[in-house]
Amino acid sequence: MAMTDVAHDAVDYVRPAEVAEEALYHPKTWLGKYVFSQDAKIIALQYSMTAMAVGLIALLLSVLMRLQLGFPGVFSFITPDAYIQFVTMHGMIMVIYLLTALFLGGFGNYLIPLMVGARDMVFPYVNMVSYWVYLFAVLLLLASFFVPGGPTGSGWTLYPPQTILPGTPGADWGILLMLISLAFFVIGFTMGGLNYVVTVLQARTRGMSLMRLPLTVWGIFMATILALLAFPALLVSAVMMTLDSVLGTSFFMPAIVSMGQTLDYSGGSPVLFQHLFWFFGHPEVYIVALPAFGIVSELISVHARKNIFGYRLMVWAIVVIGGLSFVVWAHHMYVSGMNPYFGFFFATTTLIIAVPTAIKVYNWVLTLWRGNIRLTVPMLFAIAFVFTFINGGLTGIFLGNVIVDIPLSDTYFVVAHFHMVMAVSPVLAVFGAVYHWYPKITGRMLNETLGKFHFWVTFVGLYCIYYPMHYLGILGVPRRYYATGVTDFIPESAQVMNAGISIAAIIVASTQLVFLYNLAVSTTRGKPAGDNPWGATTLEWQTATTPPSHGNFGKELPLVYRWAYDYSVPGAKEDFIPQNVPASGDTGDAR
Amino acid sequence: MALAIILVLLVVGSVLFHFLSPWYLTPIASNWNYIDDTLTITFIVCGIVFVAINFFMAYCVYRYRYRKDRRAAYEPENKRMEWWLTVFTTVGVIAMLAPGLFVWAKYVEVPDNARLVEAVGQQWKWSYRYPGADGILGTVDIRHMDGRNPFGMNPDDPNGQDDVLVNGPEIHLPLGSPIKMLLRSKDVLHDFYVPQIRAKMDLVPGMITYFWFTPTRAGRYDVLCAELCGTGHYTMRSHMVLEEESAFNAWLATQPTFADTQAVKVASAGGSLAEQGRQVAESQGCIGCHSIDGSPSVGPTWKGLAGRTETLADGSTVVVDDEYLMESISVPNASIVAGYPPIMPPYQLDEGEMAALIAYLNSL
Ligand code: HEM
Ligand SMILES: [Cu+2]
Ligand SMILES: [Cu+2]
Repeated sequence: MAMTDVAHDAVDYVRPAEVAEEALYHPKTWLGKYVFSQDAKIIALQYSMTAMAVGLIALLLSVLMRLQLGFPGVFSFITPDAYIQFVTMHGMIMVIYLLTALFLGGFGNYLIPLMVGARDMVFPYVNMVSYWVYLFAVLLLLASFFVPGGPTGSGWTLYPPQTILPGTPGADWGILLMLISLAFFVIGFTMGGLNYVVTVLQARTRGMSLMRLPLTVWGIFMATILALLAFPALLVSAVMMTLDSVLGTSFFMPAIVSMGQTLDYSGGSPVLFQHLFWFFGHPEVYIVALPAFGIVSELISVHARKNIFGYRLMVWAIVVIGGLSFVVWAHHMYVSGMNPYFGFFFATTTLIIAVPTAIKVYNWVLTLWRGNIRLTVPMLFAIAFVFTFINGGLTGIFLGNVIVDIPLSDTYFVVAHFHMVMAVSPVLAVFGAVYHWYPKITGRMLNETLGKFHFWVTFVGLYCIYYPMHYLGILGVPRRYYATGVTDFIPESAQVMNAGISIAAIIVASTQLVFLYNLAVSTTRGKPAGDNPWGATTLEWQTATTPPSHGNFGKELPLVYRWAYDYSVPGAKEDFIPQNVPASGDTGDAR
Repeated sequence: MALAIILVLLVVGSVLFHFLSPWYLTPIASNWNYIDDTLTITFIVCGIVFVAINFFMAYCVYRYRYRKDRRAAYEPENKRMEWWLTVFTTVGVIAMLAPGLFVWAKYVEVPDNARLVEAVGQQWKWSYRYPGADGILGTVDIRHMDGRNPFGMNPDDPNGQDDVLVNGPEIHLPLGSPIKMLLRSKDVLHDFYVPQIRAKMDLVPGMITYFWFTPTRAGRYDVLCAELCGTGHYTMRSHMVLEEESAFNAWLATQPTFADTQAVKVASAGGSLAEQGRQVAESQGCIGCHSIDGSPSVGPTWKGLAGRTETLADGSTVVVDDEYLMESISVPNASIVAGYPPIMPPYQLDEGEMAALIAYLNSL
């Protein structure tokens, strides 16, 4: 029986590749293999480990902040200066140096070549340099903890004029290191990013049409395009601010009397900086969200043993969200003093994004519907992602709708919202992805009991941290406050809540040690995974060896005959058919 | 199974929390009930979606849990359902956006009869200016700002002479008439924020921003700064007193006009040491946070400081002498006066400046 009329988009013949094996650079030394490696898989691990290491620092900073907020005055080493320095470094590290680097440099490097059926990134040397520039940026950033005055305390948004004026900690050295570090980050990222884009466009194997790409690749691909277009805005604002600070130019600096002294600046515009920053900053939200979208689509489909619902629409939603994300930036600036008539435009564009975003959510849930759901650890995290993302997405409608944002802006509602949507959700996706792909990367499974423990504490704990926090914001408690002191409208019970949140945060943070332990121990003691432990269709599971060797696919590149989601095809022997199985081969002898 | 139950519990818990927890909007004191109404609409629409999707997800997790003998459905596309969901979502979004924009249109149109009041922000305190009898605020410029003219009033502008300047801790406003708050910053971004008013707006150095509202409920409310403005951000406080027109007028009459403030002769002892100290205090910006007339501010007042007994944060007491003063200037966080935040930056002054400052402080 020919399954062609049943299976979606499957063919029998694909022209073989003209070049069976590309000439890859094969390093001779240990150093060239593992340190200055040009293999995307090694670079991916370097990126991931560096990102997780700084991420741990950012996590520690968040615990320190929570200590102060939950138990004000108890920890005397947390001064008001230290507090806002922690806030700033925590935010910046989490958003840029952890999540952006991990999703694009980490998952992007590992998964793109494997999933599109390429031997490596198109420009392996540049790819290697990209990592080392990133590492340098990280070291510069961390160096700011050790310079006089410490790191900058201007908030991760770095708004001038305060960023470079006394009255804000780190206004001399800390901020310079931050700006220079960001500039290097952008440079390093651009090298990597061009690579990811060109690889997706040029190095797909035969048969891998764009509409057969796994959604993970789509998510990372689109996020990379966004980043390539958005980061330049950050780069120029970093350069302009450096000039303002060092040479005394006035790009962002109007005439100012600071602490009684009239400064030499005049004529610059602080609001200009905010436009530049958010022209980068809003797409940045999607730079961490789109890869998470893609990954979660993958996990849900694989572990529900069901094709992703509405694949085409999922792809279009990613593209449309990516495009729209460049015309919504000023929803972060409703109270910035920009022309209030902009509010009409930006509220409308912002709420339009809600439509493709909602479609993605429906399609995830509809993929579960009539599935055959295996609640593996990656699947638990994927479902938890959908749950928190629904929550965070909905509060985004509050903040996007300009008039509703007015009372909520700059309160804890905002903190709760963006943590739900761009902190908790992507982090849950990262965990899901790690549990899912770890067997491919190491050849061994992560311990499931520890995994479940890690999941439950993290998911429920994070929800307990952030859900109540919205209500502090509705009450009116402003963010970035060292302490609320005596404030009539804040009842004492709010402090009880704050203490509770802090305790939950400490529990969640310490549970991450269990995860790290699991990661470390399972490399040697985990159950052997085999080539395709989840029964997945995409190419990374069809490699000749696990972990995949240099060049990924052995002698012959795989040919692709079908889309990435042939799960539970009626009549097929197994409940999945890999992408490299021809249409007539799906009756059972596929594997 | 466990997951389905937990999902349901989280949803139910969230809804219960919404209705039962003691934390919600503060009672409103302005005309912006509209804002509260749009917030309520948004809560209803989003709440329904939140409950519906998550319950459905929990149902799927339970109903379609893995069984060896079952196969998932194979349905790559369902155009009809996708269309319906898109249309349904669009309608929901419009139901929230339309009222939102309708209210926003009111928010951006300031009524013609609105009274002008100006709030001036600096690190880390608020001051206020009223237009005086002529109803016109005089022009200002950063260049005119100094210790005697903290508002930067243009001394040659006749419109400014009768402006009422409130360099103190309260802003008073009359009930019932629309107020246009003009916002001006001397140094960095701030944000004039009174939760009970709902409206708020950033202060941006180099430009004048504004918003409007009509006070509707008498009371005394906290004014906070909602835009990060440095170390002392969280201490940038003031109070807004909303009262009847008559009480307001009586209060306003007790406040000095710009002309009044300029008429007062400073007891200037020419080149005396204390006078030099005054200039040091001004140029270093000390007076941003310390008053010299006994009024409360970010830091303790300097009036009568020398010789006073201060209670420190750790409960001990200290008599203010020259040594204590010097330490407090060069290492402020060594001893913090009880009730004040540890936000003063350390100052590196040379010996002459220090001596002058001490002389000045002793003279107050
Ligand atoms: C256990 C996990 C986390 C906890 C307990 C936590 C806690 C906090 C706290 C207490 C603040 C300061 C709030 C304020 O004073 O305004 C904050 C700010 C922030 N966090 Fe997190 N956070 C966590 C994870 C993350 C992650 C994963 C991200 C990644 C996107 C993130 C991004 C941010 C950002 C962007 C800010 C704002 C910084 C600023 O205001 O300049 N956080 N977080
Ligand atoms: Cu945004
Ligand atoms: Cu402020």
